[in-house]
Amino acid sequence: MTLAGFPDAAPLAGLAGGVLIGLAAAIMLLGAGRIAGVSGIAARAAGLGGSGMERSAAWAFVIGLPLGALVIIAMLGGIEASFASPLVLAIAGLIVGVGTKLGSGCTSGHGVCGMSRFSARSIVATLTFMATGFATVAAMNALGLEVLQ
Amino acid sequence: MNARSIVALLSGTVFGAGLALGGMTDPARVRGFLDLFGDWDPTLAFVMGGAVLVMVVVWRLQPRLAHPLFAEAFAIPTRKDLDARLVGGAALFGVGWGIAGLCPGPGIAALVIEPVGAAVFVIAMLVGMGLVRLTERNP
Repeated sequence: MTLAGFPDAAPLAGLAGGVLIGLAAAIMLLGAGRIAGVSGIAARAAGLGGSGMERSAAWAFVIGLPLGALVIIAMLGGIEASFASPLVLAIAGLIVGVGTKLGSGCTSGHGVCGMSRFSARSIVATLTFMATGFATVAAMNALGLEVLQ
Repeated sequence: MNARSIVALLSGTVFGAGLALGGMTDPARVRGFLDLFGDWDPTLAFVMGGAVLVMVVVWRLQPRLAHPLFAEAFAIPTRKDLDARLVGGAALFGVGWGIAGLCPGPGIAALVIEPVGAAVFVIAMLVGMGLVRLTERNP
């Protein structure tokens, strides 16, 4: 299915993927009693604070992420992806690490788990990172910076 | 491996599958969504909308459980204060997200899609987290 006016959008795949992410967050909450916030769990796995979950569970969640991607790759017979250069990825990763640590979360913890329970902190955080994300891409486009290869 | 680790592995796997199926492991798709004033791709809104809708329902069921299935108690954030650290951190995160089109979940899931690039992103992210932790320990 395509969306009128947006020929490149994949609304059904997006919705299905989103429902899976919601189910994943539900499994974590109802099974282990915790928020499925990736930045906090990754920090915990690496021994950098973050989520208060057991370190073994943090590692299990982190290992699951690429495993799940592999399942989809196997089902679809491949997956499209255009990445930036290692230098750009290093700069972006560093900023994402500092930002998510200071801001106590990312798209999953604030965007999915926090917004859905109407947490004021998560709504403010999500609106903020969306706004600076829009502004960053707009500014890079205005400067003619093409980063994806 | 205890029950909570199995729950976490299952959650992570379903999460990673959702990210990949929803196109979120492709930075071009994410940057397409963030390109609001250009050639906008609304796919990410469907991903986030689907996830939030499921969790809105789950948050209404959660109080009916005395405790999680495999843990003694729920550990849910309780803070309600809005501070500069939250807003500043989120603002920075959005800049990094916009630059490369990756956030933490897709970055880790993409280790099997673009191993070198994703590893560079994830290692740099952990370095960034570690830098914040260092400054917190030595104020």
